[in-house]
Amino acid sequence: MSTGKVDRRVEPSHHFDSMIQEHEAGKQGVWLFMATELMMFGALFAGYFIYRMKYYDAWVEGGSLLDWKLGAFNTIVLLLSSFTMAQAVTDSMQGNNKKAFRNVVITTACAFIFMIVKYFEYSGKIHHGLFPGLGVWNPEAVEVAETKLFMTFYFVMTGLHGIHILIGIGLMAWLLKRLKNDEFSKDYYTSVEGVGLYWHIVDIIWIFLFPLMYLI
Amino acid sequence: MSGHHVVPFKTNLITFITLVVLTVITVLTAKYVDLGEFNLTLAMVIATFKATVVALWFMHLKYDTWMNRTIMLSSIAFVSLLFVISAVDLFTRA
Repeated sequence: MSTGKVDRRVEPSHHFDSMIQEHEAGKQGVWLFMATELMMFGALFAGYFIYRMKYYDAWVEGGSLLDWKLGAFNTIVLLLSSFTMAQAVTDSMQGNNKKAFRNVVITTACAFIFMIVKYFEYSGKIHHGLFPGLGVWNPEAVEVAETKLFMTFYFVMTGLHGIHILIGIGLMAWLLKRLKNDEFSKDYYTSVEGVGLYWHIVDIIWIFLFPLMYLI
Repeated sequence: MSGHHVVPFKTNLITFITLVVLTVITVLTAKYVDLGEFNLTLAMVIATFKATVVALWFMHLKYDTWMNRTIMLSSIAFVSLLFVISAVDLFTRA
């Protein structure tokens, strides 16, 4: 460490009184961000329910076009990644950067598996003319015209969720670098816990997306 | 850090297994039990329960301050407001 820079593993940044105060402030900031995430997806879910009521037949057909086995597989993958992320937070709270590193690696691997499955799902839909845009949509591929609206909700909601997964992969790469450099201690693990909270919110969104898109 | 609850491996594992079991129940009830319109309600009840499990144990809200719980609950309250007011509008249209 260069002179004048605090070692955050053992002391707070200069504008905080204590490490606990700094940790609580940081975590509260992440929670506020999570609140906005829920409200953003909440608006999309509201739209989903309103149009499901209006075009029920389209929603039934749309749901049948998706492969629920792939959705269920991805649900388990995300739950596993949430488990290893929670365990990484436990490890870093105990000051074990090595174990936390391993668990974040597994979490990142799960995130990649999720996106690979999503890639195959998306490319299949595009191939069958079920992507509502860019001149891809084939009106003859569906029986109910409004199924196009269902597919719009599907791509916007799972797409926005997928972008969150990609951002999560970036955040975890950042965590891995810092864990490797031993930048955390049992008194300073705010970043690990913050990324953990973000990752669990992404999981919670998927917990609702999976039955609504694939099953109902 | 003193005062912070470290969640043991066993608790994380039980939480994970609970979530997997609930996912299996979600799939089985939605695919093989025909409850008509109630299928949606059931799936949402299970999903809400799963989300609560994630929030309490994985996100540590069970051990957290009321400040952070209030932040989470307030966002849920505003989303509920959007749902309720939209529903009142849609169901009372002529």
